[in-house]
Amino acid sequence: MLRQSISATGLLLLVLAATPSRADDMNDLYFGEALYFAHQGLYFEALERLDTEVRQHETVDEPELDSLFVHIDNAQFSLGDFELRYRMHHRAGRAIKAVLEGAVDERVRNDAAYRLARIHFQKQQMEDALLALDRIDGDIPHSIRDDIEFLRANVYLAQGKQLESVEVLRKLQDSDEYGGFASYNLGIAYLQNGQRTAALEQLDKAGQRNTHDPSELAIRDKSNLVLGTILLEDGDHEQALPPLNRVRLDGPFANQALLSAGWASLAAGDLERAVVPWSILAEREVTDSATQESLLALPYAYGKLNIHGRAAIHYGQALDSFGKEVKKLNTSIESIREGNFLKALIREEIRLNKDWVIRLRTLPEAPETYYLMQLLASHDFQTGLQNYLDLADLRRKLLTWTGDFDAFDEMVEIRAKHYEPLLPDVDAEFRKLDSRMRLRVEQHKTLVKRRDDLLTTPRPEFLATPEEQAILARIEALAAAMVTSPTENKQNLGRLKHLKGILSFTLRTEYHERFSEFDRNLRSLDEAMAVAQEEYDEYVRNRQAATHSYVGYNKPIRRLRAEAEVSVEKIDQLMARQGHLLEVLAVEQLVARRDHLENYGDKARFALADSYDRATQKQARVGATP
Amino acid sequence: MSNQLRKALLLILVGCPILSAANELSGDSMRSLDGQVQEIKSDVLNIASELNTLEERLLFPSHTEVSLFVSLAEDQDFRLDAVQITIDGELATHHIYSFKELDALNNGGVQKIYTGNLTTGEHELSVTMIGKLKNGKDINESSKFAFTKGIKPKAMGLTLAGSGFGNDGISLGDW
Repeated sequence: MLRQSISATGLLLLVLAATPSRADDMNDLYFGEALYFAHQGLYFEALERLDTEVRQHETVDEPELDSLFVHIDNAQFSLGDFELRYRMHHRAGRAIKAVLEGAVDERVRNDAAYRLARIHFQKQQMEDALLALDRIDGDIPHSIRDDIEFLRANVYLAQGKQLESVEVLRKLQDSDEYGGFASYNLGIAYLQNGQRTAALEQLDKAGQRNTHDPSELAIRDKSNLVLGTILLEDGDHEQALPPLNRVRLDGPFANQALLSAGWASLAAGDLERAVVPWSILAEREVTDSATQESLLALPYAYGKLNIHGRAAIHYGQALDSFGKEVKKLNTSIESIREGNFLKALIREEIRLNKDWVIRLRTLPEAPETYYLMQLLASHDFQTGLQNYLDLADLRRKLLTWTGDFDAFDEMVEIRAKHYEPLLPDVDAEFRKLDSRMRLRVEQHKTLVKRRDDLLTTPRPEFLATPEEQAILARIEALAAAMVTSPTENKQNLGRLKHLKGILSFTLRTEYHERFSEFDRNLRSLDEAMAVAQEEYDEYVRNRQAATHSYVGYNKPIRRLRAEAEVSVEKIDQLMARQGHLLEVLAVEQLVARRDHLENYGDKARFALADSYDRATQKQARVGATP
Repeated sequence: MSNQLRKALLLILVGCPILSAANELSGDSMRSLDGQVQEIKSDVLNIASELNTLEERLLFPSHTEVSLFVSLAEDQDFRLDAVQITIDGELATHHIYSFKELDALNNGGVQKIYTGNLTTGEHELSVTMIGKLKNGKDINESSKFAFTKGIKPKAMGLTLAGSGFGNDGISLGDW
């Protein structure tokens, strides 16, 4: 039990040690979005986003151009963290293993090995955790050096290797982050190793650390309580008092410390001093077992002080209180058996805060929740409860999605009804437009080719106007007709040659000007073609979008709907089993608590009668004295 | 009686042996269930991932999709209360921040505040942020940005700094 509590302490810090990136460094918005959810405790959403993003990154052709590229190692680490926090230990670690096996920088590899070790530790796989820690070598990021050593010490403790743990913990005593925890754990390691004197000295040291950090203050209280309890058990009553008195009165260990301080004083023979802490404790929350015990201890001390009247009054009050508590416990047990406990736990408002376990304290006082905090002290109960709440959450999501599927189906149907009658006409028009477009594109290509050819091989006749081309054709035709009788047409042939010469002269002298004009016109045609092409492309996209807006959805929607339904069925079964286990566990604990209180009640009843007799006798003796 | 009570005290510290056998049994069952819970979590995550992709395809075709993200600059000295966004004069979205959301933004999270459909071409984005400076002074800043929507999905990131001077507090980046 003690070892478990030590591990749990380590676990708390290790989980907190995960360091998400800041948005300013964030080039990948979707990774940033996953962090946004994670920081709100919404690990399902965080995992869903980041897993999809990492998978997409792995399939891109040029990953170095992807925005996640610079963050990929961090993203893989975060996946592992989120999986752990979402209590998916089976999956956690696979992403980090991928980093370890990749060709990465030594510091990144060491960071990955540490994170993997942490996952193994949480999975209770201590050998694997050590193997992962042993892979750490060379350049280690400064920010995780203490984390690594603290984890190593916890792994050794969990394996029962106290000596090795002591060695590591000694070096961590001055750690800013782990000093308090390492100090306490070192005391426990000594204790488990049979080094009692060293353990007591170390716990004494841990109990006097100067700190203002709330978690260190709590561990300081715990050190003092454990030290005081050990001394009390060993009969060193006077020595037990100083550490017990050091426990803060408003801390989580205050009630137990007050109770022990009373017993230490009583055992040391100082009855009046024992009354002080027990009087304080008797006024505290009555569902706390230490308070309940003080209700018996206080009149016991008064009895020993021969103040039997007051003892009788306090025994009477204890009896009343135990009776009320037994009644409350019975109501609680009954309420839990009726299923109200589970209903109370899955109330929506509890999950609004990421520290939902703490918020459970704020649940309205009701039979099903009277002893909730005591139940939550059990690790198994907490795990079961968290799983139950996660299942309820998943169920809510799946039911919401089922509604979404209906909406998607309807959307697809409406789109199909809208587009299907329109599309045949649109397609017919499109085919005409498409052939015209293709023709124009071909013509444009020919003109571009001609311009490019003219740049290398000038051909003035290609730049003749249509009129000039007609004149030239006419000249050629007339010359062809005349050439059969050259003698008779000699003069006319000469005139034709002259005319052709004038035309050629014009074409050649105006060639550059005409070519420039042709180029200018072609360029404006390019622009017009680009606009036409853009409109054409947009049309094609819209046409495709019309099809894509309703085709190809039925099958995946049907499949997902079926998968969601199967999942809801599985969840219902799991919730029933998990809920039943929680109820059984809760009822068992409450029954044990009730039996314990009934036993206290019996003792109080006898002690009340005894005190009453003694008080009466004392009064009679006082009355008989002349 | 003193001894009995002391024993009870120790039980509080080291756990309750009366329940240990029952707890062990429940513990085994809890662990077995825990494995099955992890499996169903994995199944539902896969459904969620596919559903999101399907939803995005159905509601936001890639050639019209526009997404807008919000993040806070490091060491900003104000408390963001709300953001309002209009595109081409039409209200696109407004968001009032809860404590948890603000905490997530302060810790480096990036919020996807808007996803919608826009035609290709030029558009105008108007952003208003409302908050409070550390000295208690209210801030209400607005900025306008022109952007071009091409044929690919467009993602833009707004970084809010809350400087309280002119438009410096809101900047827009393209992704």
